Amino acid sequence: MAKYITEINKQGNIAVDDTILVKDYPATAGSKMLENFVPLFSAEAVERVVAAGYTLSGKTAVGEFGLDLYGETSTSDICAAATLVADGEVRAALNVDLNGAPRRAAAIKGVTFVKPTYGTVSRYGVIAAACSGEQIGVTAKDADTAAEILTVIAGHDAKDGTSLKQDKYEYNTDISAKGMKIALVKELYDAADDEVKAKIDSAAAAYKKAGATVEEISVLGLSEIKTAWTILMSAETTNNLSRFDGVKYGYRTEKYKNIDELYVGSRSEAFGFLTKATIIYGSDVLSKGRYEVCYDKALKIRRKAVETLTELFAKFDALLMPAYSKADFEAYDVTDAFNKVYEESLFTAPASITGMPAVVTKGVQLVGNYFADGKLLALAKVLEKEEA
Amino acid sequence: MKYELVIGLETHVELATDSKLFCSCGGHAAANEPNDCVCPACSGMPGMLPVTNKHAIELAVKAGLMLNCKINQYTTFDKKSYYYPDLPAAYQITQWFHPICVEGTVEVGDRKIGIKQIHIEEDAGKLVHDDATNTSLVDYNRTSVPLIEIVSKPDFRSADEVITYLKKLKAALQFAGISECEEGAMRCDVNISVRPEGTDKLGVRSEIKNMSSFAEIKDAIEFEKVRHVDAIERRTEMLVQETRRWDEVKRRTFPMRNKETAADYRYFPDPNLMPIVIDDAWLEEIKASMPATAEEKGQKYVDMGIATKEAAVLASDAKLCSVFDAVVAQGREPKSVASWILTECMSRMRYLGIETLNIDPAKLSRIIELVDAGEITRAAGKKVLAAVFESDVDVDKYCDEQGFNAKVDEGAVLAAVKAAMEANAAAVADFKSGKEKAFGAIFGACMKELKGNGDPALIRELLNKELSK
Ligand SMILES: [Zn+2]
Repeated sequence: MAKYITEINKQGNIAVDDTILVKDYPATAGSKMLENFVPLFSAEAVERVVAAGYTLSGKTAVGEFGLDLYGETSTSDICAAATLVADGEVRAALNVDLNGAPRRAAAIKGVTFVKPTYGTVSRYGVIAAACSGEQIGVTAKDADTAAEILTVIAGHDAKDGTSLKQDKYEYNTDISAKGMKIALVKELYDAADDEVKAKIDSAAAAYKKAGATVEEISVLGLSEIKTAWTILMSAETTNNLSRFDGVKYGYRTEKYKNIDELYVGSRSEAFGFLTKATIIYGSDVLSKGRYEVCYDKALKIRRKAVETLTELFAKFDALLMPAYSKADFEAYDVTDAFNKVYEESLFTAPASITGMPAVVTKGVQLVGNYFADGKLLALAKVLEKEEA
Repeated sequence: MKYELVIGLETHVELATDSKLFCSCGGHAAANEPNDCVCPACSGMPGMLPVTNKHAIELAVKAGLMLNCKINQYTTFDKKSYYYPDLPAAYQITQWFHPICVEGTVEVGDRKIGIKQIHIEEDAGKLVHDDATNTSLVDYNRTSVPLIEIVSKPDFRSADEVITYLKKLKAALQFAGISECEEGAMRCDVNISVRPEGTDKLGVRSEIKNMSSFAEIKDAIEFEKVRHVDAIERRTEMLVQETRRWDEVKRRTFPMRNKETAADYRYFPDPNLMPIVIDDAWLEEIKASMPATAEEKGQKYVDMGIATKEAAVLASDAKLCSVFDAVVAQGREPKSVASWILTECMSRMRYLGIETLNIDPAKLSRIIELVDAGEITRAAGKKVLAAVFESDVDVDKYCDEQGFNAKVDEGAVLAAVKAAMEANAAAVADFKSGKEKAFGAIFGACMKELKGNGDPALIRELLNKELSK
């Protein structure tokens, strides 16, 4: 399978996923809808890595609009960026984490991915699906390299209204784990297969060895958090993707006699199954009479999730949890994709819905409080060293 | 049975900002060609994020303060979804959950009209049908231009009240620099029902969409009243709650296609725009920048020595005010300026069929200066003014060309008086036989002889002297 959707420079050292805009190069977001879309400007994060002297190697595959955790509804390899990093072909990759796809890819390929605190990296130039949770993160071979690139891309950008005001962030990956308190989330551990459990077990052992404490805890409401994020993500995606209507750019059906047929034809022919299912679900949760019981309730669960996790972070430095239930997905009918894909968000939704940082390394996931990105990377480094 | 009208208005006006609501494109006023003022943000390209125009927030707060509203210091932007080619992102950013201003009032005559809310929203683009190719073309110059929608309570009881309110609103918004309110730029949705006088229960409501001419609004309301009363009294039709349009040619309303109105807009808070918090300091700053209201301005004019009635007329129109203020600022005497604007300028405007005064204040000032200093006569001044209105002439140059000069010496005046008497021997004879009215004709002839120059008092004096000889 091709390494890149679009190659930019053979000597390049940064791969960029195809939902992030690079001026003059196609940006498909993994969708037939945008197969010929060429943006007029680059994402802020791209501008920053280039300004810092890195070169772009190419655009890597994503599941359609980044919704897909597995990639089976996409024809491309959504682990392409993580593979390039694992093979040492690039120094790092910029990926949009909206439902945890790059976290999952990093866990499968055994590399490191950091999803930074929401608002620290500009989303300007990301083909948006779920604005309230999606965030550009960095895939790299280890925590230090991820921190190096994150330092370059993080910081205030006036072009993004949700960008936090701080100009620069520093990530100290040399904080000692000694004395740190780590909580192992029981419900998520129990939901994983033995292979994943073994990874968590060895991570816990490594932390104890490094002088940290590891305590198993129970977090209530994880299933509600998963559902709430599916609701919010689907609703926002529905809204953001409605601009792809065949009128201005992107795919347009050949068979239409009036504007309604143009809309319906273009969108029916260009969107994949999971995208359509997400749009239908997202339209439903925002519709009259459903808003209060679905969308508004999901917003309440989001606030509750922030409270719950913030309380936990008063006691613990980080939560240790799997990034997924199992590395391989079973073959199933694609028409069941919506349920299957979003079932796996059980592991990724807590960080997505709260905007808290998450780091995946050595197949395990660490979630921390807002702005604990550096601490999580330092903890990731402990596991990387252990294995080295 | 007698019926009363119950009317509520939703009025859209464009805010007078330099750029659009969420991007830095200039307003559509800056556009020459279709799609001149368009960027990736306001044309719905992926990857762009909205950044709120602070000035638009301030202007909306000003509108709220003027209409005695409570300002919501916590206000949000929300998304309203629907598909239409003039809406490039397929959603409009508006304020659904927490509008910026609520609960205001406007005095209309001796009644108080309630304002339910004022909210900020983006305008949509414009569709143009090209007959040559039989295709629809879209122009995004207007997309994302900031609007406010002023929603009244159903407090109007007649078409006249509606028109009075709209005129007052227009004047007030122009005054405060909130909106230019250009011709046709004030767009109204009119909600109408009727009920037997003395009852409280609201009747079936129809909404007439997108009206801009005050005269048409009045006619549409009158039409709807008759239609509703006929439906109730004579059962001419079954009234249903619906959205209608006014047909300016057929002079009647007609229902819009059901499809256009049955939409579910799926409102939700825009995650890309943080809630706006208008803290006390910012609110005070906006309050301090409020210009005088029409009433305050009128009072200021009265204090300058202008008669109450004249002051009110001046103060009711932003353009009259701005010309008046500018001319007075150039050192002219306020009473004199008021008289020139309200008498001479307005008479020219009526003559030429112009609605808004559009004159270079420096030119008007120069004319008044020349007349007040006795350099040219008022009659000559009026001729210069007419020339300024018609071809924007240079005042001094025009006076020279026309030979206007009030300072004609006594000898020349006397010669003109004698010439006029000679040419009007019959009138002179009439006057001498006691018909005093004949004086006017001879005096007019003198003026004509002098081409409007000369001091009228001197002409009168010399003419009297000559006639009594
Ligand atoms: Zn723009």
